[in-house]
Amino acid sequence: MDEKTIEINPVTRIEGHAKVSIRLSDDGTVKEARFQITDFRGFEKICEGRPFYEMPGIMSRICGICPVSHLLAAAKACDEILAVSIPEAAVLLRRLIHMGQIIQSHALSFFYLSAPDFLIGVDSDPSKRNIFGLIEKYPDVAKQGIKLRSFGQKIIEHLAGRRIHSNEWIVPGGVRTPLSKEKSDRIRSEYDDALKIASENILRFKDILEKLRGELENFGDFPTYYMGLITSKGDLEHYDGWIRIVDCDGQIIADHLDPKKYYEYIGESVEPWSYMKFPYYKPLGYPNGIYRVGPLARLNVASKCGTPLADGELKEFRKLGRNGVVQNTFLYHYARLIEILFCIEKVEEILNNPETYSENVWARASVNRYEGVGVVEAPRGTLIHHYKTDKYGIVKWSNLIIATEHNNLAYNMAITQVAKKYIRGEKINEGLLNRVEAIIRALDPCLSCATHTWNSIALDVILYDSKGKILDRLTK
Amino acid sequence: MSVSSVVKIKIDGVEVTAYEGDTILSAAKRASIYIPTLCYLDGLSSYGGCRLCIVEVKGSPKLFPSCTTPVSNGMEIITNSERLRKFRKLTLGLILSEKPHICSICVANGHCELQDLAKEFGVDHLRVEREWTAHKIDLTHDFLVIDHNRCILCARCIRACDEIEGVHVLDMKMRGKDSQVIVDMDEDWASSRSCTSCRKCARVCPVGAIYVRDKPFSEIKDKEMAKFILSRRGL
Repeated sequence: MDEKTIEINPVTRIEGHAKVSIRLSDDGTVKEARFQITDFRGFEKICEGRPFYEMPGIMSRICGICPVSHLLAAAKACDEILAVSIPEAAVLLRRLIHMGQIIQSHALSFFYLSAPDFLIGVDSDPSKRNIFGLIEKYPDVAKQGIKLRSFGQKIIEHLAGRRIHSNEWIVPGGVRTPLSKEKSDRIRSEYDDALKIASENILRFKDILEKLRGELENFGDFPTYYMGLITSKGDLEHYDGWIRIVDCDGQIIADHLDPKKYYEYIGESVEPWSYMKFPYYKPLGYPNGIYRVGPLARLNVASKCGTPLADGELKEFRKLGRNGVVQNTFLYHYARLIEILFCIEKVEEILNNPETYSENVWARASVNRYEGVGVVEAPRGTLIHHYKTDKYGIVKWSNLIIATEHNNLAYNMAITQVAKKYIRGEKINEGLLNRVEAIIRALDPCLSCATHTWNSIALDVILYDSKGKILDRLTK
Repeated sequence: MSVSSVVKIKIDGVEVTAYEGDTILSAAKRASIYIPTLCYLDGLSSYGGCRLCIVEVKGSPKLFPSCTTPVSNGMEIITNSERLRKFRKLTLGLILSEKPHICSICVANGHCELQDLAKEFGVDHLRVEREWTAHKIDLTHDFLVIDHNRCILCARCIRACDEIEGVHVLDMKMRGKDSQVIVDMDEDWASSRSCTSCRKCARVCPVGAIYVRDKPFSEIKDKEMAKFILSRRGL
């Protein structure tokens, strides 16, 4: 068959490196779009032969955006290997640092990476459509974004001593040092501002939604299942709890699944054209068992948030969906803002808990089990670390399922839908292609498994005919 | 000390009084002249293994390890020259390329003597291909760990074990790049009957090769330990 391919390589303003291939039929309509991860890092192999307690440190190096989530998933898997129940204060402090992580990562995704698209304009001059353009045109919004991100980063710094890769503090069995009242006060001092920024930006985003109403139709709006962690009461959860899966009508199809037995219900498929695996819900098979994770999915699976302001906002959010389930991928942004609000409220709740300041923060033990699974909700979705060790604790095998992987099938569906809506014929329009990128940014991939770019061209789209002849090319 | 045992030398153009039996390094230290070292540790015997403390001696084309070279009357020594810096940098590069050293995930990161020296000499790239062979990690001991992937074969642990603790549990097997620190007759650490678990090996290790599990590296390390113990013994 006569086929043409458009390539967006690399996709810009995302974390990591990926490309998009859009395949056109003879008549110039989009046949299929693929989201491809172009690099390979192999952390699962690197860690073989290393001591289990090094896993948090090694694994967190996968990503500079959300190292804390990797640290926590790895540390939880190591807690399993130690077979200890960690002190309550350690759980609270780990939750607190994770709140900081989610706030900073969501703020990065929303303000730094995506806001230029919907504030400056998806068709605007690409040289201005970035954080610097945002600073120029909307300095107040940019400042708010930077301040909110810094609030999250500082929580991490106050607890762990460093903002990025604070791998000495989170240890198997708990955390290394307790939280002092002085540091707690320093976190509190910025709390009100952070809450104000989050609330203001939710209002701003609702205005944007009104304006974009027409554009949002078929903008990554498709039925999938949703997966996320919940508390025992079914509330929003990021650190512990159980897995719940709901369908596109809001029906719970699986509840209180043990995250440690993820392999019983999550399968991983492989496609020859991407380094990223394709997880699916096993009972429904591949590819029917497509599900989404991340902020939108978490709000879809949770019965409620569990904090007053976030719960109020969740009610508004649910009105945008059917039966309380929101399908539109663009609304990941809205979900992200609600989660920021939730996390800020949770920060206060944790700081007000006297148990947070207990000196007992580290349960020490040696290897008692030879296998451990750690699961947390990273900013981008469910993150699973699984290790097997020998009797001394040397890692012999490991498996990671990162949040972006869960969404892999969804990425491909979303970009296909958006490409079909906007791209026709052989001429390429940068603004239309940016819509394909924008939907990827809404899902907020973290592809930092691919951090080394060797090409200075930020965007290179090539249109080939069936014989490999270049029909059109656009670089910037 | 008799007058006859006094020797006069010049280090970097400065006249320094030393004594017979002094090494160039000890004379320089007394005169507060800095010579970089790695395998050398105050309180332990000199080993001359790392070649970081090389100096030039006037009248000889050779370079001398200052930790093992005795002073002699009239010696003129240069401790810092373009040539020396070049060789020291090369030596550090060779040490770093011999094992898969990855600072970011090492327990010693930020408290590592090799890392400090690499910074001092500007080793930001390696000119020889790195050796990526994975080496064994002995996790069998209750709290002491030896990770051969990080060992630079400076033999400080072996000397501390022998000369300070007096048990000589640790030693070196093989030669050249196959050299490896061993416990007793190359056994697992847990099965050693002679190890007293004194942790001195971990305290003197300049890198993250021997360490105490679950302890921050800054707490384990004690560069002055050997010197301190010997001074208490009146040695």
